[in-house]
Amino acid sequence: MENVPLQAYLLLALALFCIGMYGALTKKNSVIVLISIELMLNAANINLVAFSKYGVLPSINGQIFALFSIVIAAAQSAVGIAILIAAYRNKNTVNMNLFNKLKN
Amino acid sequence: MSGEYIVFLFLSLVAVSSGTLMLISKKVMHMMVALIFTFISISGIYILLSAEFIAAVQVMVYSGAVAIIMIFGIMLTNHHDSSRNKAPLIRRLLVGISIILFSISMYVGISHLKISLAEVALHENNTEKIGIALFSDYVIPFEIASLVLLVALVGAIVIAKNDNVEGGNQ
Repeated sequence: MENVPLQAYLLLALALFCIGMYGALTKKNSVIVLISIELMLNAANINLVAFSKYGVLPSINGQIFALFSIVIAAAQSAVGIAILIAAYRNKNTVNMNLFNKLKN
Repeated sequence: MSGEYIVFLFLSLVAVSSGTLMLISKKVMHMMVALIFTFISISGIYILLSAEFIAAVQVMVYSGAVAIIMIFGIMLTNHHDSSRNKAPLIRRLLVGISIILFSISMYVGISHLKISLAEVALHENNTEKIGIALFSDYVIPFEIASLVLLVALVGAIVIAKNDNVEGGNQ
């Protein structure tokens, strides 16, 4: 019984990262941009956990790094939504292209 | 064709197809449902990689908390905008071409990767190992992470607080 190779996990993470990057660069709704950034962070987490099992020095450290990355991503999404709500209160829109002034 | 292969193929198919569904669907709420499917299949991938604790954390944090936060953001901001205003065609084309080039170069790098497999038993007492490593080698990053979470909590409340209305009708 052979295992799934490391390359398969890396390809899955690459596909998810590309989907997230396309969404983050082309979508106009800023909530969708935040969601796409979360998807890219998830792809990075898949890489960390895959290398923690199949890497050069397999150990538990990769999973610890994935945990810290999840913590930072959760804090980032909370602050991002707060900034978005404050910007919506000023501009009355969520369109990314209209957020082009730092001060009204 | 072992069972692990079949499960991996199924989970990655669900993840990538619901990610694509997130890109092409018109309504924002459909995008959120597709995103939750992606997160749950990624947690299945973590179980395949013998990281059960991370899989549980993924289900709780991402498909629980982050999805709820994003749905709150959608509900609080746009009521009728269903993202019908797309980016201009030239921009989508340029971004698509550059992402295809990026993925081809990454694929070349991945396909030449040769790492000899060394078996480790990560699946035995996974949570216990994570706890021991977290409280012996990584104590200071753990504490700093708690500080980051506290600062993010306070900062999010301060940013989102409506300070235009002074003591009036909140």
